[in-house]
Amino acid sequence: MKFVASLIVALALLAPALPALAVEPHEILDDPALEHRAREISKELRCVVCQNQSIDDSDAELARDLRVIVRERLTKGDSDDEVINYVVARYGDFVLLRPPFKGITYVLWFGPAIFVVIGIAAVAVYYRKRQSEAGANGAAKTKKLTAEEKARLDALLKDETNV
Amino acid sequence: MSKRLVYLLPLGVFLILAVYFAVGLTKDPRKLPSTLINREVPAFDLPPIQGFDRGFSSKDLLGQVTLVNIFGSWCVACLAEHPFLMKLKAEKIIPIYGIDWREKTDGAATQWLERHGNPYTLVGDDRDSRVSIDFGVTGAPESFIVDKKGVVRYKHIGPIYPETWTDTLLPIVEELRKE
Repeated sequence: MKFVASLIVALALLAPALPALAVEPHEILDDPALEHRAREISKELRCVVCQNQSIDDSDAELARDLRVIVRERLTKGDSDDEVINYVVARYGDFVLLRPPFKGITYVLWFGPAIFVVIGIAAVAVYYRKRQSEAGANGAAKTKKLTAEEKARLDALLKDETNV
Repeated sequence: MSKRLVYLLPLGVFLILAVYFAVGLTKDPRKLPSTLINREVPAFDLPPIQGFDRGFSSKDLLGQVTLVNIFGSWCVACLAEHPFLMKLKAEKIIPIYGIDWREKTDGAATQWLERHGNPYTLVGDDRDSRVSIDFGVTGAPESFIVDKKGVVRYKHIGPIYPETWTDTLLPIVEELRKE
């Protein structure tokens, strides 16, 4: 008996912690295909009350209102883009969790790539410079060995062989 | 010498970004720019709230500069601006039209207006949020200045306090009256 009880507890602990669903049962459409589209659209739309959640995640009443509108428009035969445009027309590009690809957002999309390229270029330039400097220094040193130095070096080497 | 300056470049970039982000931090992310500015008021025809004869439609706004105020009896911040709206009405400064947003029970707004006074020329019942969402509402209260042609010219998010009115809203209203 004790074993069964602890087994149940263990299994309960193992069960994945599922996030609570914000979508309420009565909101769900009967047509599973439409409902699936509604869920996908809702995940792309920002809740303007709790701004880092999508309306699919948010429990805010305004998010619920928007979920209902999304479903209503889909039932009326709107395409996914039409539904999204309907909300964007009222709240602006800000409601799109994925910023749109257009003029004013180029910096946003290309910025990171540009910085990576600049970084790689800077590192390449740095190493190339260091290498050529090292080469130049090496050459300069061998040249700097004057006749006097050479004579001294020879003398030293000779000394060594005499020992 | 110029070679040394190259090493200061990252610091320069950092400072520019720091200023940029510092300015960004002073802005309230809740205050979304409105997509409605310089566009016509969304067309609507709202039913009256309980006990009132007339609702409120977009056509009522034509011919004068008006203030459209989205409120609700459930909204605490609306109570904060309410005395000032009453003053605007008492002194006949501007006609205020109310959109009663997402009321859960019949008569809640009527009772609220009886208790605190009714600053509105007309009130419309928007319990399913449709008209408020057409206005791009993010929370209550929100107010819109609408010109004589029924075009939205300014959006104010949050309560209207006397300072908000004299510093920001009144100059816009006076400018629009001249048009």
